[in-house]
Amino acid sequence: MSTQPIKVSPLEAPRKPSRANTLRRSAVNQIVGALAVLATVLVLAPLAAILFYLLYKGASSLNTAFFTHIPAPVGEANGGMANAIVGSGIVLALASLMGIPVGIAAGVYLAEFGRGKFLGNAIRFTADVLNGVPSIVMGIAVYSLVVKPQRHYSALAGGIALAIMMIPTVTRTTEEMLATVPHAIREAALGLGVPKWRTAVSVSLRTASPGIITGCMLAFARVAGETAPLLFTALGNQFWSFKLNEPIAALPLQIFVYAISPYDEWHRLAWAGALVLIALIMVSVTLVRIFANRGVLKGGS
Amino acid sequence: MGVGIQVEDLNAWYGTTHTLQDINLHIPANHATALIGPSGCGKSTFVRCLNRMHETNPIARATGIVKMGDIDVYRDASPVEIRRRVGMVFQRPNPFPTMSIYDNVVSGLKLNGFRNRRILDETVERSLKQAALWEEVKDDLKKKSGASLSGGQQQRMCIARALAVDPEVLLMDEPASALDPVSTSKIEDLIFQLKSQYTIVIVTHNMQQAARVAENTGFFLNGRLVEFDSTHKIFTNPQDKRTEDYITGRFG
Repeated sequence: MSTQPIKVSPLEAPRKPSRANTLRRSAVNQIVGALAVLATVLVLAPLAAILFYLLYKGASSLNTAFFTHIPAPVGEANGGMANAIVGSGIVLALASLMGIPVGIAAGVYLAEFGRGKFLGNAIRFTADVLNGVPSIVMGIAVYSLVVKPQRHYSALAGGIALAIMMIPTVTRTTEEMLATVPHAIREAALGLGVPKWRTAVSVSLRTASPGIITGCMLAFARVAGETAPLLFTALGNQFWSFKLNEPIAALPLQIFVYAISPYDEWHRLAWAGALVLIALIMVSVTLVRIFANRGVLKGGS
Repeated sequence: MGVGIQVEDLNAWYGTTHTLQDINLHIPANHATALIGPSGCGKSTFVRCLNRMHETNPIARATGIVKMGDIDVYRDASPVEIRRRVGMVFQRPNPFPTMSIYDNVVSGLKLNGFRNRRILDETVERSLKQAALWEEVKDDLKKKSGASLSGGQQQRMCIARALAVDPEVLLMDEPASALDPVSTSKIEDLIFQLKSQYTIVIVTHNMQQAARVAENTGFFLNGRLVEFDSTHKIFTNPQDKRTEDYITGRFG
């Protein structure tokens, strides 16, 4: 019997991998990487195509009159969509003022107070169903709930229809963003003797705010282009209107009217309107992001 | 100044699990008391019962009497009032990531509606000095997020945050277990200095740590307090066989 002890060194160099193995590994790596890039291109290509087509079709019809004049009859020069741009702004502001606070409040309830409760589950289910309701149905619903009793179309009714469409998105993203806030942070606040409602508002909500802002922007961008809910509520208007209880123009409505008209000139204006609509959504989302990032501290997560 | 804590017949449950059984214990004022025992023995649940954090878990329940000075914690006051008198430091540093260092330290005051700038400034300086962090952060108080500090600094900031509300009792649930040895020794020095002014209860897995900082030590096992005595006696001449087995490393 040998008394030689068995040598076991944990620091022994690992066995050199075979060449075939290395080749296979790097090939798989390349293929998976390429697939990911391909998927990204497939998703982005239609978006880029739409944008370029809009630029190509719409940019030539853009002039100062487009932004300063109201629609003109066919054949007359200098028709614009100034009233529709302002009208869209008014309706969207109304929708955001109503939809975002309600949506965030519901999301806070779901994440912080309603966990596992019947009411919480009921609200979550309702929000998911509401998210799937076709926008035309939302228009008809608001028509019968607001427009019919009032006996007139109005900017307010349009705002309500869009607000209801924003709520489920805002609610569910708020809930999900709050769920990503570590429990330890809530405990830190509770352990300092901060009441639960204050913890939810000043700690959880604040920590989750970047994600919640993104959710609100998604909801905003989605309803900004909606036409169907406005058809039966805001109706549209060929003239200036700033009153909330009167029919009001909106970009998607104006685009819709122009696009289904038989006139080439109006078709060109419809393209220009679509381009302006997309540009305005991009500008407002970017502005909110810049604004929201201003107060962020160094090194915060 | 700190107050003593009297615990009588404390029982606690998570759902149907009986995590604490018939705990009777007196924690003296202005001393450090260490709680040791294997994982899952109930030491964390015990400290969470002292400031009523236990009941923030919807399935948790506790019965018995906890007296902090003259106050019956479960009958005379709301959880919010109790937690303002009892500071808590958690195992992992948990700074508020959206707040500056300054706002983190005075968050207990600010979130409860306190707005006097002069007093807030003074509190930040006092608490950070108590937590031995002032020199390292005094130039970045309002510029940097609390989450940008190193782990050890974050934990000292969390201690400063707990001290800023001027508590009588400081509960520390394994305050150094997520930290490196240098940060750990800083935290221990801190406990040593703070215990003249506060009643400190520290949960630890590190028996040397208990021996270094605490006058008294309690040994928990399976939801029961097996032995409670002066730290010296627990580590040199334990009365219970199970305590001896644990501190000599025979289990746990």
